Amino acid sequence: MYKPTVTSSLLGLNRRQLLKVGGAAVLTTPFVSRAWAATTEINMLAWYGHGEADVVAEYEAANNVKFVPKYYAGGDNMLALIAQSPPGTYDLILSDAEFVQQLNAAGYIEEMNPADYPLDDMLHEDFSQFPGHWADGKMYSMILRGGHLGVSYNKNSVTAEEAESYACFWKPELQGKVGHFDWHLPTLGQMSLYDGNGADLWNLNDDQWAKVQETTMNLRPQVGGFFDYGGTFNGLKNGEMQAMVGIGDWITGVLEKDGAPVASVIPKEGGIQFTESYSIGKGSEKAEEAKKFIQYMMSPAGQVKSAQMAAYPGFCVTNAGRAALIEADMAEATRSHQIDGDPQDPITLIKEGRIHYRDIPQQQSLEDWNDFWSEYKSA
Amino acid sequence: MAAPFSQTRESPMSSKPEQRPNLYALTWRLPIIFWQLIFFVGPVLFMVAMSFFLVKNYRMTEAFEFVNWSRMLTRGFFWDSYWYTLFIATVSTICAMCIAFPAAFTLAFRASEATRRWAIFLLIIPFFTSYLVRTFSWFVILSESGVVNAVLGYVGLGPYTMLNTHFGTLVGYMTLTLPLVVILQTVTMSNIDKNLIEAAHNLGCSPLRTIWQVIIPLSKTGLIIAAIFCFILSFGDFVAPFYLGGSQEPTLPILILDTTKSGQQWPRAAVVAIMMMVTLFAIAFTGIALAYRKGKGAK
Repeated sequence: MYKPTVTSSLLGLNRRQLLKVGGAAVLTTPFVSRAWAATTEINMLAWYGHGEADVVAEYEAANNVKFVPKYYAGGDNMLALIAQSPPGTYDLILSDAEFVQQLNAAGYIEEMNPADYPLDDMLHEDFSQFPGHWADGKMYSMILRGGHLGVSYNKNSVTAEEAESYACFWKPELQGKVGHFDWHLPTLGQMSLYDGNGADLWNLNDDQWAKVQETTMNLRPQVGGFFDYGGTFNGLKNGEMQAMVGIGDWITGVLEKDGAPVASVIPKEGGIQFTESYSIGKGSEKAEEAKKFIQYMMSPAGQVKSAQMAAYPGFCVTNAGRAALIEADMAEATRSHQIDGDPQDPITLIKEGRIHYRDIPQQQSLEDWNDFWSEYKSA
Repeated sequence: MAAPFSQTRESPMSSKPEQRPNLYALTWRLPIIFWQLIFFVGPVLFMVAMSFFLVKNYRMTEAFEFVNWSRMLTRGFFWDSYWYTLFIATVSTICAMCIAFPAAFTLAFRASEATRRWAIFLLIIPFFTSYLVRTFSWFVILSESGVVNAVLGYVGLGPYTMLNTHFGTLVGYMTLTLPLVVILQTVTMSNIDKNLIEAAHNLGCSPLRTIWQVIIPLSKTGLIIAAIFCFILSFGDFVAPFYLGGSQEPTLPILILDTTKSGQQWPRAAVVAIMMMVTLFAIAFTGIALAYRKGKGAK
């Protein structure tokens, strides 16, 4: 008598075969999971953009790692996040250079071996021993990239000649059209430069500090608003703001690529450099992986990724990185003046003494500066 | 001689029935009590305690110092922000109440029941979307190259600066509060006994006088509650003054952000927050007392 076989509709397997396949799948699942788990997660604390796909995707695929970024806005915010987390929470810390000293003083970062990084290929000698990155002859942070802050303006209402001085912010036609990136440090630094403090822009005595406050207050009637990252973009893009204090190519560069008639220049009074550096978190169990990634970011390929970062551009710090950028993306190298002989070449500007590294106030506290900033905003 | 009260015996008829705790009713009340204790009273107490803490190396340390209070309350920028926030929230409340009233009046007295239901449903819809998204949409409308200026341009007007101004802030506040105020006013006025309005008409009361002397007094409670909600929402809003007002001048919520951004001064931000809460308590308490106060001749 014909006895029909009980089959599963799935792939035409009979029940016994299905059970075998199912059993095998169940038994091998732990091994499959373990294979997936082999992807190493690296916790990154950084400004927005550094852990995004355009920067890290290639590296992740090639090295079976996964970055878990935690983004912050501002060095204070970064220090607070680390202070409130258990040791070893962050494997990789991207910091503004002026905060590295504080990271080190608080014992949040590991010592690094200089031999692991291309310190002999830096575009400027300062980058090999960047201020604050070294303590007692030991290295604690590796400079990754930088950017310059100067006069950012709309080319339709400010000429290139006018933009050669911070005085253009006081142009009568710009009343209500001058915007601020809502952070006291870059703006007050620029006002200090405008007051002629030059290299001592952060080291102000009482009289100089009073003068900087007076100059800044004089600018208040020109100001049309105080903006965060997104608001700064919008303000310049939709024309509400025709000039911006406290920013540079890191904002206008993105808009310029998008076709907006904006630009940033370093005026005759000088500009400020923001510098971003990588450190390895104290107590990290993935220090080796973190070191490997920093080495990648310092390689020509990594430097190109950094220079092209979608969130905001930054300039290369190594000779090999710059050469790779020129070869890979001449348009970006030209736009950002990363060409030898360009008068606005960031390295040339540093060598000419027109650029000053961003720092924190030397004779006042950050709170004093912030309190004045609040007064200024409510004036 | 009157007997001492201790010897007075109440008659069984006059004694109140014995009040037994109703465990069933209490059980239903407990969740809201716990909720308030955990999510309101607890955090408020912690915030008050935090205002006396100190920040050392970007980390809060427990202390009992008045330095945060003295530092904030002696600064001009704090009081500038305080009075500005109070002023702009008051203007927002007046605007919202005035704009909402004709709409609510029409819905309550002129529209059919079905129309009113649909209108209230449509007024609820904005709450389905993020307030931040609705705020950002104003960028397209209010910017100098935006829709409003484009339309004004056709008749030879403008362009006018509307973003990053007090006007921009008010537009944001209206986005947040106006639907709610219209709903509250409509519901309140819908509950007025129509016979009273007809009686006023029959007695020769003009329409305007009917509004002033019949409708507004009868809907006083609801109108005040709507105004209180509008004020509270405007007073504590960060989004509109920051994104549409361009932080000029900073309101108290913006000051809280600024204070925490630099040096992680959460204790000083707590001082600002407590001052905001005290102000809102005072205004809400006064408003509610006013709303439920019985008028002259009321029984």
